[in-house]
Amino acid sequence: MATTMAKALNTALADALAADDRVVVFGEDVGALGGVFRITDGLQARFGENRCFDTPLAEAGIVGFAVGMAMSGLRPVVEMQFDAFAYPAFEQIASHVAKLRNRTRGALSVPIVIRVPYAGGIGGVEHHCDSSEAYYAHTPGLKVVTPATVDDAYSLLREAIEDPDPVVFMEPKKLYFASAEASLPTRNEPFGRAVVRRPGRDATLVAYGPAVPVALEAAEAAREEGWDLEVVDVRTIVPFDDETITASVRRTGRCVVIQEAPGFAGVGAEIAARVQERCFHALHAPVLRVAGLDIPYPAPMLEHTHLPGVDRVLDAVARLQWDDQPDARWAAA
Amino acid sequence: MTTTPQAVRRASPRTRRTVTPPDPARSLLPDAEPVRLLAENGTPLPARADYPEPPAEVLRELYRRMVLGRRFDTQATALTKQGRLAVYPSSRGQEACQVGAVLAVRDTDWVFPTYRESMALVARGIDPVEVLTLLRGDWHCGYDPTEVHTAPQCTPLATQCVHAAGLAHGEAYQGRDTVALAFIGDGATSEGDFHEGINFAAVFKAPVVFFVQNNKYAISVPLSRQTAAPSLAYKGVGYGVPSEQVDGNDPVAVLAVLTRAVAHARAGKGPFLVEAHTYRMEPHTNADDATRYRDGAEVDAWRDRDPVARLETYLRARGVLDDAAVAEIAEQAEAYAAELRTRMNEQPTVDPLSLFDHVYAEPTPQLIEQREQVRAELAAAHAEEGDA
Repeated sequence: MATTMAKALNTALADALAADDRVVVFGEDVGALGGVFRITDGLQARFGENRCFDTPLAEAGIVGFAVGMAMSGLRPVVEMQFDAFAYPAFEQIASHVAKLRNRTRGALSVPIVIRVPYAGGIGGVEHHCDSSEAYYAHTPGLKVVTPATVDDAYSLLREAIEDPDPVVFMEPKKLYFASAEASLPTRNEPFGRAVVRRPGRDATLVAYGPAVPVALEAAEAAREEGWDLEVVDVRTIVPFDDETITASVRRTGRCVVIQEAPGFAGVGAEIAARVQERCFHALHAPVLRVAGLDIPYPAPMLEHTHLPGVDRVLDAVARLQWDDQPDARWAAA
Repeated sequence: MTTTPQAVRRASPRTRRTVTPPDPARSLLPDAEPVRLLAENGTPLPARADYPEPPAEVLRELYRRMVLGRRFDTQATALTKQGRLAVYPSSRGQEACQVGAVLAVRDTDWVFPTYRESMALVARGIDPVEVLTLLRGDWHCGYDPTEVHTAPQCTPLATQCVHAAGLAHGEAYQGRDTVALAFIGDGATSEGDFHEGINFAAVFKAPVVFFVQNNKYAISVPLSRQTAAPSLAYKGVGYGVPSEQVDGNDPVAVLAVLTRAVAHARAGKGPFLVEAHTYRMEPHTNADDATRYRDGAEVDAWRDRDPVARLETYLRARGVLDDAAVAEIAEQAEAYAAELRTRMNEQPTVDPLSLFDHVYAEPTPQLIEQREQVRAELAAAHAEEGDA
């Protein structure tokens, strides 16, 4: 049956609420409205106001409240309305959510899921389109997960809610209403496993979240250029699957990492470094990155210039030392 | 603007007289003066029906734990000077608050302390060595919070206020009558999380007592730079939370006010805010120099309001304590400090490989790799020592 990612996430929340009385869902506008993206649609009507409820409009409060509720034995799933609106909660996330297990030698765990609609491509005005995954991925103690397909959205969210550790669950907004065949409920590969979405022999495209469809489209377009590209979907940034990605690059000998976030000090930089460390002798070319520009997220009429698209990916693939010549891009340096 | 004679008549005092409805905010306001049951010299003040005096045996126990708490505090300061603690934030002078507050809650209630609440935690019965783990530096939190119903001592200011609200709500959601007691200092009431915590607790009617120890300074910054409010207790009314202020150096009053606040919360009436006026006799920590921002006369004035002496005077006058009892409690305190000293003089064992144990429930492949790297480094260092 064709389903949207938004509906798959909604179904995952409903199934988790039905399966476990300890699960509670709260945030801003998640009750009667069902969330600004309708991810919590119908949950309050079905499960009651104790289990799905609106809170005061204060993100640090929402996450801190979830910490306390988790300490009492519950499993809170909270919604940050937009990526940039989660920033007030950052101290709670970095100092408590991520660290309580460690600070208490495992005595206290806070199995919270923080859902963050993130990234752009939806024509959103400022503060609604940030790719904030690197902040969380850089914070030990958090798991950072981002689905790229409809059935994976369901599977990863169910696993996030059952996971003993806190999970920042990053939902690519531009994929919310893309539809695909999916048979729910479903359980896919567990956390820590990347998935090859398209096999190929010539080069590996590594992507996550909103960049995965871009990578797949680029791989399709590359066939016309004579390149057979493999696409790996990272799925869980933390824990990271070095094994699958390393195996793919050792096969293909070439790698491009794609992310929508600004490239500098981003998750893609980490992946490129890891691949290079582990695959040096298998590489025929430097690992290249295709990323958003190092700018604050632009206004809607300019976002297409910022977002890495198929052409930018193909330009990078073309620079993968096919004729073993110095990269013209760095010639001036 | 012109006015017709009719309009003037309509506006006459007789026709404008209305009944003023009671202002609901008034019932939330604290007394204008802090509640006080003992004068500074320890003589009793007139009894108050709203704050009945706790029973004599409870006051005796309050005194005993305050004496032990003060001795613990001086011992911890001494251990810091000897290099046994990395740092120690003393709460000397705040014994009435530290001990009075934890005596007002049950063992099954949850306490949310800050880094200055070491004395409160030992008064709650937590092993003093486990309390000092954070400051000794062999780990971040030495006790099991789920066993002693006490959150780790919180360093990020005011963040524990929202945890207290969430825990109290979660407990009520699961049908338990747990109360959460959140400690906070005067400076931290400026932080957003204090406001979010008290607001969440109020909106969800969560059973939380927010206990502000106003010790007049946030490190060096005086209260006048934190607030223009008449008192910190007034911050409750804006959130629909009743509040009270108390003389924080009057142990009897602190216990009486906290007992009532806890009963209010446990009865399902929502949160309660208490501000205790007290004073930090020591610098912020041993690393601070308080002479740069406050003068000796001010400190001396507060020395005269010493909470331990005040309670002792009162309990002696009431016949609850005599020389023998005071001496016996002092002896207990010395023994407590001696045992603490002995235990703290033992070098704690730390295991570098344990660094990887509690980052996640199960270590990630990356952490396993790093653990192996550290294991190899340690083995190499050990081998080198062996060679030398």
